Order: sequence, then structure tokens, then C-alpha cells
Amino acid sequence: MNITINNENSMTAKTKSKKNLLEVKHLKTYYPVKGGFFRRTIGHVKAVDNVSFEIRKGETFGLVGESGCGKSTTGRTILRLLSPTEGQIIFDGNDITNLSGNKLREARKDFQMVFQDPYASLNPMQMVGDIIGEPIKNFYPGKQKKEIKEEVMDLIFRVGLPSDAYYKYAHEFSGGQRQRIGIARALALKPKLIVADEPVSALDVSVQSQVLNLLKELQDEFDLTYLFIAHDLSVVKHMSDRIGVMYLGNLIEVADKHSIYDEPLHPYTQALISAIPEPDPDRKKERIVLQGDVPSPSNPPSGCPFHTRCPMAKEACSEIKPKLKEVKPDHRVACILYD
Amino acid sequence: MEHYLHSKVPLLEIKNLETAFKIDGNYYNAVDQVSFTVERGKILGVVGESGCGKSVMSLSIMKLLPKGAGRIRGGEVKFEGKNIEHYSEKEMNKIRGKDISMIFQEPMTSLNPVFTIGYQIEEVLHNHFKITKEDARKQSIKLLRSVGISRAEQIVNEYPHQLSGGMRQRVMIAMAIACQPKLLIADEPTTALDVTVQAQILELLKDVQSVNDMAIILITHDLGVVAEICDEVMVMYAGEIVERSDVRSLFKAPKHPYTRLLMDSIPKMDVEEEKLGSIKGIVPSLKDMPRTGCKFANRCPKAMPECTELKPVLAEAEKGHEVSCLLYESSKTGEGTNVT
Repeated sequence: MNITINNENSMTAKTKSKKNLLEVKHLKTYYPVKGGFFRRTIGHVKAVDNVSFEIRKGETFGLVGESGCGKSTTGRTILRLLSPTEGQIIFDGNDITNLSGNKLREARKDFQMVFQDPYASLNPMQMVGDIIGEPIKNFYPGKQKKEIKEEVMDLIFRVGLPSDAYYKYAHEFSGGQRQRIGIARALALKPKLIVADEPVSALDVSVQSQVLNLLKELQDEFDLTYLFIAHDLSVVKHMSDRIGVMYLGNLIEVADKHSIYDEPLHPYTQALISAIPEPDPDRKKERIVLQGDVPSPSNPPSGCPFHTRCPMAKEACSEIKPKLKEVKPDHRVACILYD
Repeated sequence: MEHYLHSKVPLLEIKNLETAFKIDGNYYNAVDQVSFTVERGKILGVVGESGCGKSVMSLSIMKLLPKGAGRIRGGEVKFEGKNIEHYSEKEMNKIRGKDISMIFQEPMTSLNPVFTIGYQIEEVLHNHFKITKEDARKQSIKLLRSVGISRAEQIVNEYPHQLSGGMRQRVMIAMAIACQPKLLIADEPTTALDVTVQAQILELLKDVQSVNDMAIILITHDLGVVAEICDEVMVMYAGEIVERSDVRSLFKAPKHPYTRLLMDSIPKMDVEEEKLGSIKGIVPSLKDMPRTGCKFANRCPKAMPECTELKPVLAEAEKGHEVSCLLYESSKTGEGTNVT
């Protein structure tokens, strides 16, 4: 089968250029809380609160954190599926923060999403061929049916689905195969950035590894950049080049994956990494067990958002909100311990 | 009761358990000839992918299978030496919650949303003991404290939706240990929780286990959790036990090809790998399960021609380490197959 999608740049994915594909500056996404007699806005859930980071061309940027920390909202805001309350999103040199209508539609060709739930994100009434071909049909209305089918067949082959998948329906496939369909659909427009929001958390471990391997292969083949959102730290480590750790809507640490895992600086990152159960009964590591639960993002604590659970909290932590700053080359952390 | 504590009778003994589900008029075994024992005060881990029969097995022990769809077709379930598989619903109710209790994966769906936390814990106590309302309330506050809930006096008057996921799971554990059961079956107790909360709950399980000297059957798909707190492990595939051993021996030297592949497919924290191991295909559905030979044969990279015909039996390959695979059966008879 002839493979048409751009192959010439596949080397750049390996060499990991320093050029930024995406820059997020002081991004804030607040959800209004409605209440009272007239359903007026009575407050905000600060789902994403002043988050800045950049994703370099060809790399995988992992975003980790516990449920409710705002990692999915960050991903959706970057794709402009949600409108940011404040801040700037610069994609490939263009400011996409305030794009709307046709311009936004046009821009979306370059960034696509793979969803968490492969059962809910595929239309049960459509044939798999139509699901994968729909983005192409949408963006290139002039394209011949035959041409679209060829491209779709190529994608089906690429993501490792059986060739008769074209005429089948989503329910005929297992979870892992459905996730492959979702990946093929995301690839259909040859995007530059793919936001993968918990793409394997609904899958069994043996199937999970198949999908992770596929994502890695495709990254090299199609010269893709990933924003990989997950709560499973070992999966994020396996996939990512650089990692950002989020807590209660704040980005608290950003560094390359080796620094994050070998010498985490923020007390939260340290606790998070020590909490991963390791499949080795002999390795009894020093575990930092955090007390309590994540506070509600509608009423976040003052000062550092983590100070209520932090084992190293000082008095000043409840007053001063630390800023994310570089403490080592390419390693940024938001904690007053490093001020 | 006293003489059981010192006798050699294992706490739970399961022999050739078969549980079947009815699909299109025919019964298919979801749990197939499973035998194992649980000793007092030990934590037994049961691992396997979804659909391997681990939850059905635990529901069979508790006799909580959905009526009409599933039934126990054969085998014995002995609790403290007594056969309980023929017990009536009334007799089972005396055991459930008192001698054997269970916690589930999703704490929200297993707590009743219209009753307070206190009411739900006290209900367990009232069911099994003659106890006054005041004493039950006192007891439930004490239980909540013992599972690490600090505002226990307020929490007893609150409803499940007012609590976070981790707190709900703590409440579930408090309910489960209310009557100091001898056996706790925990079905994926931390799967719905975040890692930091999971760490809290695992610590808590270890604590309540040692305080009450319970045995725990911990069902999970997470090998990390197993390594963390279990004494023994059973690996299940397609309703059968494929490997059983103490935890150290299983992680140091996994034997069954399925166990090995399962371990290769999880990303390790300390090793850098470009590609993860994976298992081709998926677990076949009950109807499509291979009828003869080893059920894993069609996905096994080490499958030999005879694997599709001969059924392997669970047998000791090393002291205390049992495996159900033809590769090890031939090595025992002296052919010396090299398994690496």
C-alpha cells in the first residue's frame, strides 16, 4: 500500500528541535458558578489558573496531576474547545487565543484530539470508514470519494486495524481497537499537534502497551508533537520528553522527565512520585503519604495551593503564592523553598 | 469458635469452583475449575485483565451472583471448614458482613445516597448484634476514626455525596470491618482513586489487616499494588488460575508466558524502553473460548503445537510456585525444556 502522508520530515522528531510549536502564556480558564434566584454568576471555579509552558516541535509534553487538577481543561483550552478567560495561546507562531468562526476552523486542521473514552467518542451509527473520513470530507469538500477512501484505507492500515474495518461499526471492535480508530481520525488531517487526553486509562495493561507503542511509532512517522495528558505517572514517563505537574489549576513544576523523576523539587511532585506502587516487592521506598484530599477548586486555599497538604509547609506558604521560576537549567518549580 | 483459631483448617478453601453464565441458552464457564486456599491473616492478590473472571469468582464466594444469569455449577467453598455453597440466603446473610465482608471498586455506587453515613454503618451493626442505638452510633464514630476520618462526629450525619472519593472508600472500609470479619474481599478498591489517595487507602488496608488479623483477598489489575501489600499472588486468565506463588517469587521469576507478558507491558519507572511488550489479540469472549488445550495458546508467543490439544494443569514447578503451562510439565518429566 502506498503511503502518502509526509514522511520526509521523520528525522526531526528524533532530533527534537528547540523551536516551540505551542506557547501558552498566563492561561486562565474559569468556569462560572451560577446560583441564586436569577442564576447569576456567584463565583468561579479556577480550573486553570495562570499556567504558562511551551511545547517544542517533535516532542511529547506530558501533563500529570490528580483528578480535578485542570489538566484536561488545559488541553481543551489549547484546542480552543473552551475559551480562555485570560492569557495567550500561540500555535506555530500564530496567536489563536481569539480566533473564531472560519479562521478557527481552518486553524484546527493543525491540532487534533484523541479522547479518553473510546466507547463514547465514536458515533455508533457511522461506519468506521466514515468516522475516519469525516474530517477529510469536512475540510476538503472538493475531494473525490475515491481519493478519500484511499486515504482512509491507508490510515486504517497505519494504525494496525484489519482492512475490513472500513465497513464495520465501532461496537464491533474492542476497546483497544476503538482507540486505534480514534487515533486514525485524529491523524486524518495530518495535524502538527495531537492532544491525547488519557488515551489509555480505559484500557487493560496489555492493550494499553499496544496503543502506547502505536502512538510512539506514529510520532516518528508523521512528525507529530504530542500533549499527553494522563494521571498514570509511569505511563507519562514512558511517553514524554518533558513533563508538567499540575495541582489545583496551577502548574507547579516543569522539567525534562529525568529531572522530574530522579530529582523532583516540589514537595507535591515528590509525594506523587513516591506514591506510585512499583511492581517490585523488594523495593521498599520511602513513601510520603499525603494527608487529606485535594481542596475544592471553587474555593482554593490562599497562598500556595498545596500548603494545606504539604509536609514542608511554613507559615509564609499560606500567604505568598509562589511563582513558577527556573531554579536549574530547564527545570522550573513554583515553591518558596527554592526562592 | 476458639478451636478454629488454632486448628490447621484454612480460613477459606475453594475446590474446583465453576461458575457459569447463560448466553443464548447455553452455560459458559466464567470461572473454570478454580482451587485455592486463603490462610488466616494473609493478603492474597488476584490479578488479571478485565474479563478474566476475578470479580465473578469473588461474587461466587459471597453468593452474590446476579440471579438468573450466573450460577455456581460445581465445586466446593469451605469457610472455616464448613461447606457454604449450599447455604440458604438466610444463612448466608449471617455470614456476609460479619465473617466475610466485601468492598467494591466504585464507592459511590455501593453506598446508598439517601441515607446518612452513620445510618449505613449502624445498619451493619444492628443486623449482626443486639446493640442499642446509642452504642451503635458510638461504635460507628469509633470505626470512622479508625479508618482515618478526623471529623467523624460530623461525618456520621452527612450523606455520601458530601464526601470525596477517598473518604467514601474509607467509609466503605469502616463498614466492611464493622463486625471484625475474618475475611475481607476487596474488589479493585483503589482503581477509581488518585495515586496519592490510593497510597493512603493501601496503608489503611495494611493497618486494619494487622489490627484485626483479617485475611484479605485483593482483586486488582495493578501489579504494582500487588507487589506493595500482598503476601501471595494468583494470576488469572480466562477464568483459570495460570500461576500462583508468594509475591517475591512471582515478581523475581514469573513463569507463565502470560504473567511475563503482563509484566513486560507495564512501563517501568527505572528502565528506559523504547517499546513496551504487548500481548497480541484480546481475551476471547466466553463463547469463543478455546474448548481444548490451553486457553492462552492462541495468544502465546511460546505456544507449541500440542498446546492447542493438551490441557495444562496447575502444578508446582518450584517449591511454593505453581504454574499451569505445558512448558513446565515437560521439564518436570525430564525433557528439560529450556525456559527463559
